[in-house]
Amino acid sequence: MKAFAGLLDRLSFQPQRLGKLRLIEDYFAATPDPDRGYALAAMTRGLTFRHAKPALIRGLVAERVDPVLFELSYDYVGDLAETVALIWPAPADAAAPPPSLAEVVTRLRDAGKAELPGLLAGWLDALDVTGRWALIKLMTGGLRIGVSARLAKTAFAGFGGLSVDEVEEVWHGQAPPYAALFAWAEGRGDRPAVRAAGGFRPVMLAQPLDEAELSGLDPSAYLAEWKWDGIRVQLSAGDGVVRLYSRTGEDIGGGFPDLLSAVDFGAVLDGELLVIRDHAVAPFADLQKRLNRKTVSGKLQREFPVGVRLYDILFDAGDDLRERPLGDRRNRLEAWFAARRPAGFDLSPLVPFDDWPALADLRRAPPVDGVEGLMLKRRDSAYVAGRPKGPWFKWKRDPLLADAVLMYAQRGHGKRSSYYSDYTFGVWRGNELVPVGKAYFGFTDAELVELDRWVRNHTTNRFGPVREVSRGLVLEVAFDGVQRSGRHKSGLALRFPRISRIRWDKPAAEADVIEALLSHLPGA
Amino acid sequence: MLRPEDLLRPTPAGLYCPPGDFHIDPVRPVARAIVTHGHADHARPGHGAVLATPATLDIMALRMGDEAGRERQPLDYGERLDLNGVDVRLAPAGHVLGSAQVAVERDGCRIVVSGDYKRRPDPTCPAFEPVPCDVFVSEATFALPVFRHPPDADEIAKLLASMRLFPERCHLLGVYALGKAQRVLALLRQAGYDAPIYLHGALTAMCDLYRRHGIDLGELRLVADTDKADLAGRLVLAPPSALQDRWTRRLPDPLPAFASGWMGVRARARQRAVELPLIISDHADWDELTATTDELAPAEIWVTHGREEALVHYARGRGQRARALALVGYDEDAA
Ligand SMILES: [Zn+2]
Ligand SMILES: [Zn+2]
Repeated sequence: MKAFAGLLDRLSFQPQRLGKLRLIEDYFAATPDPDRGYALAAMTRGLTFRHAKPALIRGLVAERVDPVLFELSYDYVGDLAETVALIWPAPADAAAPPPSLAEVVTRLRDAGKAELPGLLAGWLDALDVTGRWALIKLMTGGLRIGVSARLAKTAFAGFGGLSVDEVEEVWHGQAPPYAALFAWAEGRGDRPAVRAAGGFRPVMLAQPLDEAELSGLDPSAYLAEWKWDGIRVQLSAGDGVVRLYSRTGEDIGGGFPDLLSAVDFGAVLDGELLVIRDHAVAPFADLQKRLNRKTVSGKLQREFPVGVRLYDILFDAGDDLRERPLGDRRNRLEAWFAARRPAGFDLSPLVPFDDWPALADLRRAPPVDGVEGLMLKRRDSAYVAGRPKGPWFKWKRDPLLADAVLMYAQRGHGKRSSYYSDYTFGVWRGNELVPVGKAYFGFTDAELVELDRWVRNHTTNRFGPVREVSRGLVLEVAFDGVQRSGRHKSGLALRFPRISRIRWDKPAAEADVIEALLSHLPGA
Repeated sequence: MLRPEDLLRPTPAGLYCPPGDFHIDPVRPVARAIVTHGHADHARPGHGAVLATPATLDIMALRMGDEAGRERQPLDYGERLDLNGVDVRLAPAGHVLGSAQVAVERDGCRIVVSGDYKRRPDPTCPAFEPVPCDVFVSEATFALPVFRHPPDADEIAKLLASMRLFPERCHLLGVYALGKAQRVLALLRQAGYDAPIYLHGALTAMCDLYRRHGIDLGELRLVADTDKADLAGRLVLAPPSALQDRWTRRLPDPLPAFASGWMGVRARARQRAVELPLIISDHADWDELTATTDELAPAEIWVTHGREEALVHYARGRGQRARALALVGYDEDAA
């Protein structure tokens, strides 16, 4: 537990992705089985046990700590887990040695509700401050250390000299503490078998298209599809198992019982999750209402009906199609679909075209809603994991642009911590500027130095790491769309905003007005 | 017996001794001051006569030159002095080089003013000496039971482990210029780290002063004299204000760390945007504060300078008389 607690502690202060990977890899190398396997499970949200409620923890500490001192302390620290970890009066002669992570996880898994308080108190007595903090985080089910499941798997892959896609492919057949995975990573065991039914297959991703290269590509070698404005999913079903995965292999099926309950086929399908009403794609904001939910009410299911628009088939029953050319897979997909027409699924149509200019026209003015751009896929491309260069391209629509005024700047993190690198900008509503978004990339390192200097020289107010600046600098902001939002005073939020140009020359008074942004709202 | 209130009382300028006619750590210029230690909120410029340990007088002279008091009177630990019928003695406080507690006594009433203190060993100054007394005036910087400083050696080990794990980065450690910088250097040397350590220019004078007082800090170099590329894998010490300063751009991929008792609270560490918080403090933590009041068992405890409420509550719970002095002008920062 000590090593795991030390890892969580350092991760919680480490902003850089590479730094996090290094910390996790180092932990895997230094920690024996089965603890490291349970740590991997904790970071990939793969542990299931009865969680302790905050009230239980408060009750335990109340039996041991003067209430006035506890309140003063809680007030100062502000976080219950941390307050308890710090204030817990461990007995000077610790009766038991601190528990291992494996002991914590396995005993919690088997513990009845009545045993929880005793277990927890005993462990809190035996651990140090960091250990107690980590234990409470673990037991209350909220690590919040800024590590995604994907990142943890990437670290595991790095530790074993494997690719993360190889790891993803076998992942869903494995269970904590992942002894077989670690044996494989250390060259002591074979690659674990891929689970046949319901497993995740690493997805194939597209490169952004460089339009200058287009003339060198043969139009007849490519199929074109619309790039839908939803989220990429993989449906994996067979032998009564049905799973819906995000493109990073996260199981997101829990939020979509309406979609999954009707699945009675065996196949692995690649497609786009969308809210679809009368065959038309609803705005992305509608889909957001359905995302990141563990459960979903009937009302939400009716108001925001989801579907999957299919564009590829990886397995038909037990038949692995990934080595076949895309043209064959497309035929197979169309035949498969025609024979079943499963509820909640439809086909993403091919977009016929003769030459690149004709396709460019379609991209500029798509005849349907919910389109972010086009996908170009070589007819002869096999389905390979990762982002190979060449077979698939995404050709997004040109971004929307607005001239906005810089209002606030915030210090960045990690390498950028001495720079003001996060910019909040606004547009005019009458005589006042209202913030519409925040961006922290799109500029070069040289431009960052200039922006940082400008911010320091034009500061009018400071709030901790944030500086308010005089209204004098116009930023050309590129974005993919506009949606309504309660988060900003303007009532609007930009999708995927980034700085496209710094308009040193443009007076702030000539920046855009809010009406210009309102006109981009869906349905406006 | 004299009532304690007649021997020492809080005034807007700080604690004042009417029979002896002197202040202790006054926050405004006064005619006669006894100064517990050299931190800026305790040692202020512009007094008439200043009484302090020789090391504290040295530190004051370094920091304020001519403003360090018109008349400077050194008093060694353990020596006694009579000031207008009040017996004055200084005892080690274990806080920083030269730091002292002030024991004042008259007519059978003895009050000890702790100044800032800590109980754990510090290779750069003599250990706190418990002085029995009727009233103990305790600091309270970390007087909440959530402040429990871990062993220094663990924190130093954390730093060295991080330097091994990120050998291409420059570890940039924020330290207060007086006390923390030198203690961290000495602890690193104790732990066997013998490579040169690089300093921000603001730290060199105080390190030199410590060395003149016989404290070995190993090989120190100036960041300003070193090429950026040569600082990869090195340890740089800088004042906390420099951690996010543009000055850091002269370091290769700095990993910001900070050695302070405040780093025990995660929100404080996050506020400072440090990647490696080290809980190393020159102040007593909760366990040291309460153990000290238990050990001295004075009839009365006066609490100043921090989170008075919790320590007053604790002492009262132990049957001691306790009150908060509500002195103003001391900041919590040099912790
Ligand atoms: Zn001090
Ligand atoms: Zn102080």
